[in-house]
Amino acid sequence: MKVKKFDLKRLGALVYKESLQAIRDPSTLLIAFVLPVVLLFLFAYAVSLDVRDVRIGVVQESNSAPAQQLAAAFASTRYLNVTMAQDRREVAEQVVSGKLRGFVVIPQDFEQRLHSQNGLPLIQIITDGSQPNTANYVANYTQGVIQNWGAGAGMKVAPAAIELEPRYWFNAELESRRSLVPGAIAIVMTIIGTMLTALVVAREWERGTMEAVMSTPASVVEILIGKLLPYFVLGMLATLGAAALAIFVFNVPLRGSLAALLFLSAVFMIPALGQGLLISSVTRNQFLAAQIALFSGFLPAFMLSGFLYEIDGMPAPIQFITWFVPARYFVSSLKTVFLVGDIWAVFWPNLLAMAAIGTFFFVLAKRATRKNLEG
Amino acid sequence: MLANNTAVVIEGVNKHFANTKALRNLSATIQYGQLTGIAGPDGAGKTTLMRILTGLLEPNAGHATVAGFDVVNNNEAIHVVTGYMPQRFGLYEDLTVMENMRLYARLRGMNVAEHTELFAELLEFTRLGPFTERLAGKLSGGMKQKLGLACALMARPKVLLLDEPAVGVDPVSRQDLWRMVQALTDEGMAVVWSTAYLDEAERCDTVLLLNEGQLVFQGPPEELTNRLVGRSFRLENVGAERRAVLAEVLNLPSVSDGVIQGAAVRAVLRKDAQVNELQQLANRVQATIQEVPPRFEDAFIDLLGGGPGGTSALAERLPKVELASNIAVSCKHLTKRFGDFTATNNVSFEVQKGEIFGLLGPNGAGKSTTFKMLCGLMKPTAGEAHVVGLDLRKATGAAKGQLGYMAQKFSLYGLLSVKQNLEFSAGVYGLSGAKQRQRIAEMIKGFALEPWLNSSPDSLPLGFKQRLALACAVMHQPPVLFLDEPTSGVDPITRREFWTHINGLARKGVTIMVTTHFMDEAEYCDRVALLHRSELIALDTPDALKRSAITEQCPDPTMEDAFIYLVEAADLADDLKKQGGV
Amino acid sequence: MTKQSSSFSIVRLRAQFIKEVFSVLRDPRSRMVIFAPPLLQLLIFAFAATLEVSNVELAVYNQDSGRWSQELVMRLDHADFVSNIHYVGKSSDLQRLINEGKVIAGIQVPIDFSRQITAGASGQLQVLIDGRRSNSGQITFGYLSAIVADISAEVQAEQSQITPVVVRHWFNPNLNYRWFIVPGLSGILAFFSALMITSLSIARERELGTFDQLLVSPTSTAEIIISKSLPALAIGTLLGLLMIAAAVFLFQIPFSGSFWLLLISIVLFILSVVGIGLMISAISSTQQQAILGAFAIGVPAVLMSGFATPVENMPMILQALAQAIPLTHFLVIVQGSFLKALTPSDILANVWPLLVIAVVSLTLATLFVRRRLE
Repeated sequence: MKVKKFDLKRLGALVYKESLQAIRDPSTLLIAFVLPVVLLFLFAYAVSLDVRDVRIGVVQESNSAPAQQLAAAFASTRYLNVTMAQDRREVAEQVVSGKLRGFVVIPQDFEQRLHSQNGLPLIQIITDGSQPNTANYVANYTQGVIQNWGAGAGMKVAPAAIELEPRYWFNAELESRRSLVPGAIAIVMTIIGTMLTALVVAREWERGTMEAVMSTPASVVEILIGKLLPYFVLGMLATLGAAALAIFVFNVPLRGSLAALLFLSAVFMIPALGQGLLISSVTRNQFLAAQIALFSGFLPAFMLSGFLYEIDGMPAPIQFITWFVPARYFVSSLKTVFLVGDIWAVFWPNLLAMAAIGTFFFVLAKRATRKNLEG
Repeated sequence: MLANNTAVVIEGVNKHFANTKALRNLSATIQYGQLTGIAGPDGAGKTTLMRILTGLLEPNAGHATVAGFDVVNNNEAIHVVTGYMPQRFGLYEDLTVMENMRLYARLRGMNVAEHTELFAELLEFTRLGPFTERLAGKLSGGMKQKLGLACALMARPKVLLLDEPAVGVDPVSRQDLWRMVQALTDEGMAVVWSTAYLDEAERCDTVLLLNEGQLVFQGPPEELTNRLVGRSFRLENVGAERRAVLAEVLNLPSVSDGVIQGAAVRAVLRKDAQVNELQQLANRVQATIQEVPPRFEDAFIDLLGGGPGGTSALAERLPKVELASNIAVSCKHLTKRFGDFTATNNVSFEVQKGEIFGLLGPNGAGKSTTFKMLCGLMKPTAGEAHVVGLDLRKATGAAKGQLGYMAQKFSLYGLLSVKQNLEFSAGVYGLSGAKQRQRIAEMIKGFALEPWLNSSPDSLPLGFKQRLALACAVMHQPPVLFLDEPTSGVDPITRREFWTHINGLARKGVTIMVTTHFMDEAEYCDRVALLHRSELIALDTPDALKRSAITEQCPDPTMEDAFIYLVEAADLADDLKKQGGV
Repeated sequence: MTKQSSSFSIVRLRAQFIKEVFSVLRDPRSRMVIFAPPLLQLLIFAFAATLEVSNVELAVYNQDSGRWSQELVMRLDHADFVSNIHYVGKSSDLQRLINEGKVIAGIQVPIDFSRQITAGASGQLQVLIDGRRSNSGQITFGYLSAIVADISAEVQAEQSQITPVVVRHWFNPNLNYRWFIVPGLSGILAFFSALMITSLSIARERELGTFDQLLVSPTSTAEIIISKSLPALAIGTLLGLLMIAAAVFLFQIPFSGSFWLLLISIVLFILSVVGIGLMISAISSTQQQAILGAFAIGVPAVLMSGFATPVENMPMILQALAQAIPLTHFLVIVQGSFLKALTPSDILANVWPLLVIAVVSLTLATLFVRRRLE
C-alpha cells in the first residue's frame, strides 16, 4: 500500500487545529499580542538611551556678575534640571543618594580666575560615575553650556584649530527610539517563535496528544509543519502589527520596502521556530523547555544581538558567541530596512546566516522527532 | 474467507527498554470480527504491545503484521488500516467535539463535506449529538472516551486498538462502549481491548493474558474459567461480620482468593483443595455455603498463584478508634453552585463510625463535588458538612486533622524519596520527634516498604506506590479516611491487597468514605449513596440496591445492573415530571 | 490523637519546608537549571554589556595632502578603537560604506584643511556617523573629538590658554561601564530565578494533584505560603550573594558600602519577588500559564527598573509604576553599595518600599489560594 508522504488536506487539518488552540488559550494571546505591544511601548518610552531632564546641582560660591550670568545660563537650559545651592556639601550628599546626577561648582574666586589666566580651572564639574552613560552626558552637556556662555561673554578663547561637524545619518535627532523600536521587533519574534513554540510542542508531548496524532497516517513532516505554520503566521502578524505601531505611533520611518521587511522577518522565523522545535523535541517537558528557551533564546536575543549593546564593543570570545545568535542578523537587517532603505548588500549575508542556522536547527529537530515513541 | 480471517500476527516479539524487559518472545494471532481482550496486571506489557501494533514502537526482535502489513517496514500503511485510542485521553481539550472529529477525519484523508452521513452515524452511535459544540476538556470521563472512540473509528479502520478504554468510566457509559464495540465486531472489524479489569476481559471473544511480558493464556475466556468449575463458593448472609469472616477465609490454607459481595463472602479454593475448611468456617459463623459459577477473575488470580492473605499488618498495629459520637461524617442540605449550574443539590446523609460508605454516580453527577466538600477541599454554597462533629467551615484545621485523604493519582512527591514522603506526611499532620519516628517505623513495617526507602515513588511498582499513598494518608491515625477512586486502573491482585488493608482499618473503627466507578469495589461498602444529576437518588446497602433492581428480564442483578437500572429509572421519573409540568 | 488545631505549627511548617527544598534541589537537572545559567550569564553579559566602542572601522575621504591631514590620518591609524580604515576617493563611497554598515563613521577632509590651519583659522572636518547605531556613534564621535583636540593642542602649543573646566567623575573615575552593569545584572538574574521558582511552585503541585493532598491536611494557607517562600528566599539570597562575590573577587569592582545592610536588602528584595511569583502561581491553573505569566510580568519589570536606562528618563506614569517593581529599589541599593558607600538612611529609603511590596504580594497570594477553596 502506498501512502502519500505529504498531503495538503491532512496538513490543512493540522494547521486548522493548531490555530484554534492558539486562539483559545488566553496565555498564547497574552504572549502573542499583549506582550509585544507592552514591550514596544516600553522600548519607545521607558528604555530611552537619550538622556533628558537630568537633575544636576549648580553650586554658586561666588556672587559676582559673571558667576550669576553663568548660573542663569545653566538654569535656562532645556535638557538639565538645575538645583541651585550655595554650599557644595548640600549637593554632594544628594549625588550619593542619587537625587542628583552631578553638579557644577562656580568657585568663590571665579571672577579673579577669569581674568588672571593663571592656569587654574574656572569651573569644576562633578558627575555621578556610578551611571557612566549619564555621567558622560552631564560632562559633555555642561561643558557645552559653559562654552556657549564663554562665547557670549566674549571670553578670550581662541578658535579651535580643527572643528568637527558631526552629521548623524538616518537619525539626525539621535533618538534612541529609532534604533530600539526596530530591534524590539526581533525580541518579539524571538518570544513568539522560540518561547511559544517550545511550550506548545512540549505540551503536546506532555498531554499525550502527540501519541494519538502519530497513530494517524499524517507524516512527521506534516505534523511539524502543521505545528509551526500557525506560529509562523502569528509571528508575521505580530511583526506587521509591531511595524505599524513603530511607524504610525512611534514615528519611526520605514525607509526600505515593506516587502523587504516581510521577507527578512519570514526568513528569521526559520531559526526562531527551529530553535523552539528543537528545544521541545529534546526536553518534552514544559518547565525545562521554558527555562532553556529563556536562557538560550530570549536573553541572548536581548543582550547579544547588538540590540542594546554594540557587538563591536564586545571581547572576541563573546563576539564569537554572537555569531550563533540568529537575532544578531535580524537586528542589523531591521535597523537598516527601517532607517536606511533596501540595502541588499547588508541583507544577503544576514539572510544566508539566518537560513543556515535555521536549517541546522531543523535538521537536529527532525532527527529528534521520529514518527514513533522510541527514545 | 476463513484463511484470510487473521487480522494480526505476532511472531516472537521481544521488546526491552533501558533495563526492563517489557515483552518476551510473544507470539499470538488476532481474528477479524472478534473482540480480543489483552489482559494482565500492571507492568505486564499491555501498552507496549498496543504501541508496537500501531507502529509507535519497534520490536527489538520478532515480527508483527497488522492487516497484512509489517509494523516496521510498512509503517505508513499501518496508520491507515488501524484506529488507535491511547490510554491517556489523546484528544485536544481546547477543541470542541465536532472539531476533534473533523481533525481526525481530515488526518485520515476524508473529505468532511462528503461524509455528513458518517458523522451523523458516529454521533448517533456515541450519543454525543447534543454536545458537538462543547469543548472536549469539559466533557465527562465517559463522554471523552466515547469521543476518543469516534475519532479512532474515522475512515473505518480494519483493526481498532483500544488501550484501557474504560478506566474512569461509569457503568452507564461503559455499557455504551460495549454496545458500540459489539456493533463493530459484528461488521467484521477486529477490535483489541486492553484492560486490567477481568470482568471486562470476560466479555471478550478471545483473551490474550499477559504476565511480566509473557503470554500465559490465549483463547476464549470460558476455556480458562471452566478449569475453575467446582472451586468457587459463596458464604451467604454473613452480615455485619463479613469483614472478619473474609479475613479468616483468606487466611485458610485451602483458599486462594476471596472478596466481599454485599452481605456475602465469595471464596475460591486452591487447586485440588477440599471444601472442608471453608465448610467448617461457614458452620461456625452460621452462614450457608453455596457453590457458584467461576468467574474469569478467579481463574486469572489462580493462574498467578492466588491473592494476598487476609490480615492487614498495618491495621493490626493501629489502636481502636474511640469517638464521642457514633456519627463520624454527616452532611445536611449540602449544596454547591457554580454560577447557574448546580453541581450538588441538597444532599444529606449520616455515616456511622467504622462504616465503609460508597459514593457512586455517573460521570458528572456531582459525586466529586460532594466528596470535595466533605473533605474540605471546597466550601459549600449552602448546607453544612461535619467530620467527627467538627464543622468544616468553622474549625477547618481541627476537622482536617481528623481525616486522611488518598487521591486517585496517589499525589506523591516524585522528587522526594519514599522516606521523605513519609516524613513529610507525618510533619504536615503535626507529628514530630519520637512520635514521628515511631509512626514512620510502623508504616514501613506494616507496608513492607523497607527496601524502597531511598527510591523515588515514581520508580515504585504500582502496588507499592499504592501502599505508600495509603501509608501517607493514615500516618496520623485519622478516624475518617477519604478515598477518591483509589483503585482506578489497578489490577485485581493489587486491588485485593488494598482492600485487605481497608477492611482491617474498618474493623478498627476507622470510617471509610470512598468514591468508585468499579462495581466490585462498591460491593465492599456497607452502604452506597447513588448520586445522579446532582441529587441523591438512592442510599442503601449494596444488597438492597440490587434487590430493588430485580425485574423480569434480570432476576439476579449485579451491582452494575442495579446502578444502570436506578439511573435510568431516575431519568424516566424526571422526564415524566417534566411532561407532567407541561 | 494529637489535637493540634492551632492555625500555626512549627512542626507542619518544617515538614513542608523540607519538602520544598527537596523538590527544588533533589533533581540534579533542576539544580543545574537554577544555579548554572545565571552564573554563566553574569560572566557573558558582563562582558557583552558595554558602552565602550572598540574594533570599529572608519572611512576617510582625504582631499587634502597637507601636513595636518597626514597628522590626522596617522593618529586615527594608531587609535586603539579603530581596527581598519578605508581610504576612499569619492564622497559617494563614504556614503555606500556607511549604508552597508561596513564603517561606523566617515571623515571628509576638505581640500583647504591644512591651509586654513596654517593660516590660523579653523580647519573644518565633516564627520558622517551611522545613526542606526546612535549610541556607539556618539561614543565614536567622542573619541574622534579627543583626537582632534590633541592635534589642536599641538597646533596651539605656543599659545597660552585658560583651561575652562575640569571634570571629575565620582565613584567611578574612568567611567568603567562594567562597574555599573555587574551589580545590576546580579539583581536581575536573582530576580528571574526567584520569580521562576516560585511562580511554578503552586501551579506544579496543582497539575500533579499533590496540592489537594496539602489542602486536606490541617495545614493553614499561611503555612503553605510561608513554606513555599522560605526555600526560594534562601536560594535567591544565595544566588544573589554568589553573584555579589563574583562582582567583588572576579570583576574586582570596589565595594564601599556595608555588607550587612546589603544582605538585609537582598533578603527583603528576594522576599518581595517571591511574593509576586507566588501571586502569579496562585492565579495560574497550569504550568504553562505560570511560566508565561512570570515572563509577561518579569520582562517589562526589568525594562522599567532602571537597569538599561535611568528611571528618571521615563514618562511620569511609568516612573510611578516603576516604584511598584522591587528591582527598581534594589538596583539603587546594590549599585550604591558597591560604588557610592550608600548611607544607612539612603538604604532605608529604598528598603521600606521592598517591605511594602513583600507584605502586599504575600498577603494577596494567601488570599488567592484561599479563594480557590471557595
